[in-house]
Amino acid sequence: MGSISLVHVNKSFGGHQVIPDASLEIEDGEFVVFVGPSGCGKSTLLRLIAGLEDTSSGSILLDGVDVTDKGPAHRGLAMVFQSYALYPHMTVKQNIAFPLKMANVDKAVAEKKVLDAARVLNLTDYLDRKPRQLSGGQRQRVAIGRAIVREPKAFLFDEPLSNLDAALRVNMRLEISELHQQLKTTMVYVTHDQVEAMTMADKIVVLNAGRIEQVGSPLDLYRSPANTFVAGFIGSPKMNLLTGAAAEKYRAGSIGVRPEHIAIATDSGEWKGTVGVAEHLGSDTFLHVHSDIGGLITVRTDGDRDIHHGQTVWLTPDPARIYRFDPDGQALRGA
Amino acid sequence: MAREVTLRRKLTFTALAWLAALVLFFPILWTILTSFKTEAQAIASPPVFIPTWTLENYIEVQSRSDYFRHFFNSCWISIGSTLIALLIAIPAAWAMAFTPTPRTKDVLMWMLSTKMMPAVGVLVPMYLIFRDLGLLDTVWGLTIVLTLINLPIVVWMLYTYFKEIPVDILEAARMDGAILWKELVYVLVPMAVPGIASTLLLNIILAWNEAFWTINLTASKAAPLTAFISSYSSPEGLFWAKLSAASTLAIAPILVLGWLSQKQLVRGLTFGAVK
Repeated sequence: MGSISLVHVNKSFGGHQVIPDASLEIEDGEFVVFVGPSGCGKSTLLRLIAGLEDTSSGSILLDGVDVTDKGPAHRGLAMVFQSYALYPHMTVKQNIAFPLKMANVDKAVAEKKVLDAARVLNLTDYLDRKPRQLSGGQRQRVAIGRAIVREPKAFLFDEPLSNLDAALRVNMRLEISELHQQLKTTMVYVTHDQVEAMTMADKIVVLNAGRIEQVGSPLDLYRSPANTFVAGFIGSPKMNLLTGAAAEKYRAGSIGVRPEHIAIATDSGEWKGTVGVAEHLGSDTFLHVHSDIGGLITVRTDGDRDIHHGQTVWLTPDPARIYRFDPDGQALRGA
Repeated sequence: MAREVTLRRKLTFTALAWLAALVLFFPILWTILTSFKTEAQAIASPPVFIPTWTLENYIEVQSRSDYFRHFFNSCWISIGSTLIALLIAIPAAWAMAFTPTPRTKDVLMWMLSTKMMPAVGVLVPMYLIFRDLGLLDTVWGLTIVLTLINLPIVVWMLYTYFKEIPVDILEAARMDGAILWKELVYVLVPMAVPGIASTLLLNIILAWNEAFWTINLTASKAAPLTAFISSYSSPEGLFWAKLSAASTLAIAPILVLGWLSQKQLVRGLTFGAVK
């Protein structure tokens, strides 16, 4: 079991409020991703769950038990840090065995668990090495190994992939997702990378300035963003947000159109513009168009289209995929 | 051309380094040489550079005062005070390095400021307290005093080393189920071993050389080597050769310790200066 509840959690650092009032339910076995820009409080929220920070008010429940006043050692959670945080004076084996040693697990049992974890994570050949003799990806695997041996109620990941290069990050992302499928243990994962959030999560929690802006499945958030912040944050490239005449036509304070929901033509359309930068990714091309209607609009088109810098184009948004927001940025439902 | 300049520079700097080393080492060398001279040679003018290599002074010193008793007293108080200071300073430095409060810097400065006070200013009250507690001329009394006077330096040094340790690693230990003392024993201390070792060595040397309190708070029973040397500055005049023999005997152990651990000491003292 590993359900986590945050009940009106509030955190201030020396009078500066970082988390104003957060309430959240995380079900047992869920993969929940906290996502948001730097400084939005996502890591603080994770550290509050871990017990590494004390709440200023509110309570945190694990499997229905209030653990607000319990230290991290007594919460039964495991955490993987951005910096790996391996013990440099211990071998890989000793690193992975450390939580078991702290729990006074029988040596033979501990040995078996360590070897099992090492096998799952492809670390068997490195057990006698020190962390400094490992690559970034191997170190991260050791950190994960150290987390899984103690069979925690939940795993907490604090931006675990941000120190890895792009290719390795994609691999580790898959490995963590696979691990979740195998273990079926609750995982709470913090990232600022919305692609990681979209690809890994069962449930995404979008944070902005310490506030929870929206909670939902990746596709819920993509299809029905609650406000302009979530609309702009989820999806890559980000949603185009237009105000003024373009929005007034749809009786909204602002409208949002995703780059993939805009048709592009060279002869006619709704909005006229000139192509600025064209990013050719092979399968797709992202066009950054300086429109007459309202600044820069990003359009996603297939990679075979031959459109180049300086060309005049016409853009037509798919009317069924236009998101309307009121002047405060909150989503307007219905026509 | 460039190579010649580099070579000349190299030679100049090497010569300067040797000169500086010689100037620093000369008092010790002169003390050692004098200890093998006769009293007449010791005060001769012009000075005698090559002694007659007599061992008479050493024999005289050992027969007049029991060197080994003083040596063991010195060992006891310097090692004892260092170990106690480390025991107090490790948790203190840990708290200040990893859970600082807005007042931590002030506390550290206050601790250091106690080193700025002239020791003689508190001699009378300290003497009276020691007398009333029955600690005069006891190794325990000296151990306590040396622990207290070196504690600020030990805390400062350990604080500096601990600041270099990433807090993530300690937090990882907490997440792995380590309670406070296990976090200290299994993670912090092994990671800070180089820093702790150099603090230990430096503090032993400081305590070994401490003269003011060791001379003023002892008579004979607990007198360490510092008191042993000072007993040779007698009112009837200085016996340079014997004083030199006593000094050589007193500094020899710490010189050997310093020589053996010089790598560790240099590493410790420059720790954190370069990444």
